[in-house]
Amino acid sequence: MKTLIIDDEPLARLLIKEYLQPYPEVEIVQECNDGFEGLKAIQQHQPELIFLDIQMPKINGFEMLELVEQPPAVIFTTAYDEYAIRAFESHAVDYLLKPFSKERFDKAMEKWKESSHAVAAKANTQALIDSVVPTPSQANRIVVKLGGKIKIIPVDEILYLEGADDYVKIFTKEGSYLKNKTMSYFELSLDAQQFVRTHRSYIVNVQLITRIEPYEKDGHLAILKSGAQVPVSKTGYGKLKQVLGL
Amino acid sequence: MSRPKAFNTKIKIAFALWWTAWAALQFSVLWGYGLTIVQATVDSLISNWLLAGCCLLIANNMRYYLPGKEKYWYVLAISLALSLMWLLVVRVILGSLFKGDLSYSAILSNSLLIRFGVGLLMLEMVTAMSLLWYSQKEQKNMEERKNDAEKLTKEAELFKLRQQLQPHFLFNSLNSINALIAVKPGEARKMIEQLSDFLRGTLRKEDQQWVNLSEELQYLKLYLDIEKVRFGHRLSDEIDCDASAAAMKVPPMLLQPIVENAIKFGLYDTIDDIVIRISAHANNDQLEVVVENPFDPETSNPKQGTGFGLSSVRRRLQLLYARSDLLNTRVEANHFITSVSIPQTI
Repeated sequence: MKTLIIDDEPLARLLIKEYLQPYPEVEIVQECNDGFEGLKAIQQHQPELIFLDIQMPKINGFEMLELVEQPPAVIFTTAYDEYAIRAFESHAVDYLLKPFSKERFDKAMEKWKESSHAVAAKANTQALIDSVVPTPSQANRIVVKLGGKIKIIPVDEILYLEGADDYVKIFTKEGSYLKNKTMSYFELSLDAQQFVRTHRSYIVNVQLITRIEPYEKDGHLAILKSGAQVPVSKTGYGKLKQVLGL
Repeated sequence: MSRPKAFNTKIKIAFALWWTAWAALQFSVLWGYGLTIVQATVDSLISNWLLAGCCLLIANNMRYYLPGKEKYWYVLAISLALSLMWLLVVRVILGSLFKGDLSYSAILSNSLLIRFGVGLLMLEMVTAMSLLWYSQKEQKNMEERKNDAEKLTKEAELFKLRQQLQPHFLFNSLNSINALIAVKPGEARKMIEQLSDFLRGTLRKEDQQWVNLSEELQYLKLYLDIEKVRFGHRLSDEIDCDASAAAMKVPPMLLQPIVENAIKFGLYDTIDDIVIRISAHANNDQLEVVVENPFDPETSNPKQGTGFGLSSVRRRLQLLYARSDLLNTRVEANHFITSVSIPQTI
């Protein structure tokens, strides 16, 4: 059984290695220092289980997991994390609060073995990822995959978002990016005073609107600084007016 | 201070009804005394409208200017004067309206005293009622404000305590000690010592007594040393302090948020090996401390806001020295540089 340890502190990784010694069936294929290395390693080795720290440089554990297609089962390790403990309880294999003892670690491994098939655990991870929505105060950037690399988009650079069936297209000055989330996810996680859902399929960054023009019968168009035109429905117009104080 | 709400609709309706009733009463009395229907109607309407207007004037005035207890007599005197004025106006208007009618003028003159009495009573009553109403509201507002302020203070204190504990730092450090126990027990011991010294320093600092810079730097060095253990060889520090600066005084824990900031953006959010530099030197009567850290422009943007998390330092400097120019930040080639000047004499 293959596993990865993803944590930016070498000592934290050392501790897990030590605790894994009595489990010869588990092979540590790689240790990763951050989310970028982690993503590559998961894609390369396809482990069944990973030990994942949440607080890591540049992109955190959740943001990395979002970019993994078919994520493995996860045991989170975290020093002190207020915002997602409940989600852990329902979907992760386990979460270990640092510092954790050997006994606590063994309990987590028990849980992992008990979850009858690796498949079930993997499906749970996906449910976990889907259920965790960052609060607007945390979402000041969006992480997307670009080819094999990870791109971090500061929220202020987003012009608008366009929804399709299974994914959302994010438009910035530089181009467009895809992310595997729903429009409601972005509606909830982006600051509602800056990002308004003007249409079933569009969310706009109101800071970049230069003017709003009437369009067709009941609708409007929001014209952005970049020249882009974003449709605004009747209800969307009402929301826009409220946020912009018109 | 927020203005108390004006009389709500129920009171407005009651007011209107009262004056209608009173006008009707006056009408029937005057009519009973032999005035024609027209005369009685006009008389009672004009008298009462004007009186109602005076009452509204007084009540409205209280809304914006609520007199203190010592001014109560003053206010009652004002309503006395107002009722006299009202009487005069009524007499003049009614007198000129029914100029030719002698019997009316007679009734008018004879009733002046009663009118005055009624008018005065009405005005004083309204005055007293308004006083009571608005003072009660004011009282309630003051209580609410006091409660809110107390709640805020309590919340702020709790927040400060929680911040001081720095849970992330604490639990991660304990985890590192845990890891060292098996492989390097000597280092584990050392780290336990460093961590407890550090925590003791955090909890001890009283706001009032200033400390030597050397003491403060020692505390900050502890902090950096603990982080160095956690992050392997990624973190290096260079602390440079000349002899005259070391003897100067600083408010306790003033520099800590700055170094925390440097660690947060220089270490936690970067991937490569980094150096954090602290330098201190004396400049006439001032102590100048400069903290420098690299940052990753992809994840942190120094142009946003007042240099992330340094606002508490700014506020403290403002409170201590009443100056807002003591903390400066600048960016030089992906390095964030924070400089603090600490006057040695207040």
